[in-house]
Amino acid sequence: MNKLIIPNIVRFVLLVLAQILFMNHLSFYGFLTPYIYVMFILLLPLETKGWALLLFSFLIGITIDLFSGTLGLHASASVFTAFIRPLFIKLEQKPEHGSATQPSYAEMGARWFIPYSFLLILIHHAFLNFMETFTFSGILHTLLRIIISSVVTFIIILSIEYIAGRNVTKKPF
Amino acid sequence: MRNIIAFIARYHFIILFVILEAIALILFSKSSYYQQTVMYNGVNEITGRFYDQVTNLTDYIKLKKINEQLANENAMLRQMTSSSFLKNDTASFWKNDTLYKQQYRYIVANVNYNTIGKPNNYIMIDKGSLMGVEKDMGVITSNGVVGTVVQVSKNFSWVMSLLNKNSKVSGRIAHSDQIGTVIWNGLHYSFGTLTDVPAHSKIKRGDTIVTSGYSNTFPAGITIGIIKDYRIESGEDFFVIPFKFSVDFNALQHVYIVKNLLKKQQDTLMKVTEGQKNE
Repeated sequence: MNKLIIPNIVRFVLLVLAQILFMNHLSFYGFLTPYIYVMFILLLPLETKGWALLLFSFLIGITIDLFSGTLGLHASASVFTAFIRPLFIKLEQKPEHGSATQPSYAEMGARWFIPYSFLLILIHHAFLNFMETFTFSGILHTLLRIIISSVVTFIIILSIEYIAGRNVTKKPF
Repeated sequence: MRNIIAFIARYHFIILFVILEAIALILFSKSSYYQQTVMYNGVNEITGRFYDQVTNLTDYIKLKKINEQLANENAMLRQMTSSSFLKNDTASFWKNDTLYKQQYRYIVANVNYNTIGKPNNYIMIDKGSLMGVEKDMGVITSNGVVGTVVQVSKNFSWVMSLLNKNSKVSGRIAHSDQIGTVIWNGLHYSFGTLTDVPAHSKIKRGDTIVTSGYSNTFPAGITIGIIKDYRIESGEDFFVIPFKFSVDFNALQHVYIVKNLLKKQQDTLMKVTEGQKNE
């Protein structure tokens, strides 16, 4: 457990930097803003207690908020994502090796990680975008935005996980 | 008492979720209020410093483009200097200072943070209350209108860009003098919409939209964009006029904050008038 603290702190800092310095500035005709910081919530160790899960997610959300001038927006989406995360971990059949410490691509395998991460990313992005526009007018645009951003976020996270996971037998990060 | 503790222990996950979500939603719904508090100002200073460092780096990369922009602006200013005008017979008029009371002053600022792809975009600039920036001041570049200051801390301010669904700026079609409201539909960062122009007015593609000067925020006649198209939705009495912004929001770097020296006078006058109306 203690071995996982430092990788998680490093991940927190790197994801916040990547989000506010690069991802927030992407725009594809207003359709694309990937929120890759959600990866931090996805990858928190399996043993994380419920309260810690919620608090850490709130922390990363509010950090992103302070750097983007949207106080409360990312915090609410992150807390919601953290709230439903245990459901998805329980629902999906765990792979045979029960020694997994965190729900990562390397430890859980592609068949477990892909639906788990994609669904949570989709829910996070949907919550965030509806909160942000706060209206159902122009719903087609919002839906397209959610889907395109989610897919791109998913591809980025999966690539990072794939590259980081190749030598995971030695390191958990 | 034991039962209460047992209850909290059992449902602590849901209870904590509700509390944190409530905090986040309250912050979000009242963000304009909380963002003025001291706590937020402190954080603003920290995030501002951070973006300052980042901008120092990116500024360097964009130097060439900035040079071009400055050269253009210099050329424009040169046109306005007295040496660019043919001298009339000096005896026929003289300058009287009481005729020209300075109303607007400009503060130069750098853009520290800017987005264009969200439904509500904000810009952070590196000038704050210490340099005389106040809430509701206009922000422009040499190309046109950028937005309005919404929050101020000591050294930094957040600007609501025109690319924001809450942004409403009074605009005038330069050719026909018709007044309308400039809004943004949340789609492409180059295109805005002018609404509230009555259906009987004449509109041409290529006409310029400028600020009306009605709002006390912007001087009159600052370019906002160029009309691309116009239509009337069925059953409506007003035009919907898509136009191209004259400012490239994707390449903002140096901006001017407009300080209206007579704003206080105008605002008090407006309040007095409204008070009389209500009586």
